[in-house]
Amino acid sequence: MLLLDWILIVVAGWLVLGFAGIGVLRNTAFVARVLFPAGAALGVALAGLALAGLLGTPETAVLALGLPDLPFHLRLDGLSAFFLLVIGAISVGVSVFAAGYFRHGEGTPPGLMCLEYHLFLASMALVVLADDAYAFMVMWETMALSSFFLVTANHRVPAIREAGFLYLLIAHIGAIGILLCFGVLQANTGDYTFANMRAQSLSPLWASVAFLLATLGFGAKAGILPLHVWLPEAHPAAPSPVSALMSAVMLKTAIYGLLRVSFDLLGAQQWWWGVLLLAVGLATALYGVVFSAVQTDMKRLLAYSSIENIGLLFVGIGLGVLFNAYGMKALSALALTAALYHVVGHAFFKSLLFLATGSVLHATGERSLGKLGGLMRRMPWVAWLSLVGVLASSGLPPFSGFVSEWLLLQSFLFTTGLPDSFLNMLVPVLAAGIALVAALAGYTMVKFYGVIFLGQPREPKLADAHPASPLERAGLVWLGAGCVLLGLFPVAAIGLIDPVTRLLVGGGIAETVRANGWLLLSPSSPDRASYSPLVFLGVVSLAVLLAVVLVRKLYHGRLRRAPAWDCGYPAQTARMQDTAEGFGQPIRQIFEPFFRMRRELPSPFDAKPHYRVTIEDHFWHWLYLPVARLTSGIARGVGRLQQGRIAIYLLYSFVTLIVLLLVVKS
Amino acid sequence: MSIVGLFAQLLAILLALALAPLLTGWVNQWRAWLQGRRAPGLLQPYRVLHKLFNKESVVAEHATSIFRVAPYIMFGCMALACGIAPTLSTDLPLAPAADAIALVGLFALARVFISLAAMDIGTSFGTLGARREMLIGFLAEPALLMVLFSASLITQSTSLAMIVETLAHQPFAIYPSLAVAGVAFTMVSLAENARVPVDNPATHLELTMIHEALILEYSGRHLALVEWAASLKLFAYSCIGLALFVPWGVAEAGTPVAILFAIPMLVVKLAVGGVLLALIETINAKMRLFRVPEFLATAFLLAVIALLVHVLLGA
Repeated sequence: MLLLDWILIVVAGWLVLGFAGIGVLRNTAFVARVLFPAGAALGVALAGLALAGLLGTPETAVLALGLPDLPFHLRLDGLSAFFLLVIGAISVGVSVFAAGYFRHGEGTPPGLMCLEYHLFLASMALVVLADDAYAFMVMWETMALSSFFLVTANHRVPAIREAGFLYLLIAHIGAIGILLCFGVLQANTGDYTFANMRAQSLSPLWASVAFLLATLGFGAKAGILPLHVWLPEAHPAAPSPVSALMSAVMLKTAIYGLLRVSFDLLGAQQWWWGVLLLAVGLATALYGVVFSAVQTDMKRLLAYSSIENIGLLFVGIGLGVLFNAYGMKALSALALTAALYHVVGHAFFKSLLFLATGSVLHATGERSLGKLGGLMRRMPWVAWLSLVGVLASSGLPPFSGFVSEWLLLQSFLFTTGLPDSFLNMLVPVLAAGIALVAALAGYTMVKFYGVIFLGQPREPKLADAHPASPLERAGLVWLGAGCVLLGLFPVAAIGLIDPVTRLLVGGGIAETVRANGWLLLSPSSPDRASYSPLVFLGVVSLAVLLAVVLVRKLYHGRLRRAPAWDCGYPAQTARMQDTAEGFGQPIRQIFEPFFRMRRELPSPFDAKPHYRVTIEDHFWHWLYLPVARLTSGIARGVGRLQQGRIAIYLLYSFVTLIVLLLVVKS
Repeated sequence: MSIVGLFAQLLAILLALALAPLLTGWVNQWRAWLQGRRAPGLLQPYRVLHKLFNKESVVAEHATSIFRVAPYIMFGCMALACGIAPTLSTDLPLAPAADAIALVGLFALARVFISLAAMDIGTSFGTLGARREMLIGFLAEPALLMVLFSASLITQSTSLAMIVETLAHQPFAIYPSLAVAGVAFTMVSLAENARVPVDNPATHLELTMIHEALILEYSGRHLALVEWAASLKLFAYSCIGLALFVPWGVAEAGTPVAILFAIPMLVVKLAVGGVLLALIETINAKMRLFRVPEFLATAFLLAVIALLVHVLLGA
């Protein structure tokens, strides 16, 4: 039996679990204790099979599903196996967490939720396996619809319905782009298999059209500027395991699509595609991180942070395209390795953080950062595991985020070797933008972590916050372990990315990296650049240990607990701590042009002073609201025709008939 | 890895641990003299450390372990930073473990931990200090990275040891890009080490303090470690600056005798650097907090210009 068959069995298993959920619609215990853990077990199996597929040869299959004469073609190659691995590995953590998470009486009944959840997982797996446009679009739409229903799980809240609608709308704008892109790619042959698209050689103009359509289509799903507005609405609306899956995995299927189309299906690449991706990616990353820093809702903050990370991924892919267009295979492989490393790294840390917000939400009933605080003492497991996620997300050594950031910056250092004199001047300077984004991400994450888990509880009810359930903890531990291992063993992880870059650009960096030993990560030669997380961690830990031991030995280890000093101010309340708004204030001031801000400031004479600041996205006012106004204007115009009286409609028919007769006669 | 390399590595770290408080004392002394005050003794920082280590640590009642761990982590990070900065020799066994980018990450790691520790207590000053420290950090970090990038582009390497070795071997030439980067680096160092005009290490005025607000709750051995780590940071920054912009006199691989000559060379360079730092601190006034972004944005732009100058002129 082929690997692909086994993978299909796993995917079918997910579907069976999903439909089993319908049978036990309101039996929360059965869904949570049996179905979700079984789904996690299938996730482990999928990850293992994908690992085998990554190292094996490509396999194809034709499913007897679909329309007559239009069966589903499936193909398992390095690229799809890599993304299957991500889907499998993340779904394990999220499913285990979800088993301990879903409760009674939250909108959609648990059985239905189970169906939507597993349908979502299965459709994502099939999206990356699809080998023809028809199968791809069917799976893509299944993914969009199942996730739409998951987002609107709590559908009795109007704001959540609105968020779901916005998501569905932008998902479909994207889907149209992708559909048209496939239409261009098949080059009038009428054969929509990917094999045929690979065989076509499009003219540069049509290739560019296809590329732009793909960027628009997949960009809408990934959340690039200006199609990012659905992310900060949909992620907070969805239950936390769903936000985790959407942010960690579903956004990555868009990255998969972009890679598939621009590297695999389109043949020769043009340099300006890379520049476009770079520019869009950098703008998205900067925009995302600046907005992330001023958010006061923890899930919105993470959603904007996802936008930032997607921007970084686009930058990596853009560099890959740019190098590849000039035939610099090894450098292109380096940039793509950075991007793919970030795909996995981001999947782990962002799902971890989203799940942690879920635990916090259940323990406290609060999503607003202004009403949290001091949870480290109430829920230590969630807090310490979140710390891992936060450090990885800030791009700090020795965690996963730093490795991809390091690789990305290294590939920027090679851009001075580009043959175009304009590009080799401009592109290295863009690294400054990446550095700024990475530093701001650290600011945002300190705010996120400090306000939720550290300090004093800002509300009295937080004293009753209960720790996360054992299953929730297990899910978090799995994902946290991923962040740590990816950070500590980059050489092994790059070995797994190598088949993908070989498939995409015909080159890889694993051989060079392995030549320098498993301890040292060095993409070209150790003289040029190297980084060793294990040694890094070892030396810092050794220094810490020595410091602890020596201080105790030479001096003493006495410690006394006392009230906080705070410069001797006697009355200290929790309200005197920095709020999330306060922490965002410097960003609001420095990056003022980014925001559409409304402030209500109290005057000194107000009897009841109040302070309020609202921050909105410029794109709403520049793009979305004008389009919405235009659409409703046209609709009103058309509405005038509709008078609701039969005589008027007869008149229309009569006039049309006369006009047509006149046309025919002349 | 050679025995000499291992020896040089250990020597570099031990020397940094031993000399860092001395550098702080030296700067403080010159600052006092330049401001017309009587200076504390050169060894005052050691006395302060000894005193603090002897005192018991008072920890706030609801502080979590992050608060107690942070000083040690900060200290460990700074020790590693001093270990990879090519102070005495470029033949360092630790150098491949962390290059210039990892060094920036290392400083960021220390900053994040100490800021989280400040937020842990949940007092008004602690969170205020954390916010300001992170603000300065996110503005200074990209500028520092761009400075290091300019040097990396010239030498085709991000390894600090390789950068120094290449630069020291070049015939004496002033790189325009490095000159601009040097100004940017000085500005970043002032901000990162909590020096005037960005922060005043001698103040406890609540409206202006940044670093001091951050460590307000620390006492006893924890405070001693934080202070020592702060001197180590100043030492590491000074050494990196010296290595990048005055790279002569650092011993190379396979020359054990040169290490012995490198020590007095380093002391002289640090002494001159310390006087310059005291001079900068004396002739400048501390600026308002919201002038700091402008100051650091200037540093960032200068660093980017340095990069541009390099790619434009190839030098």
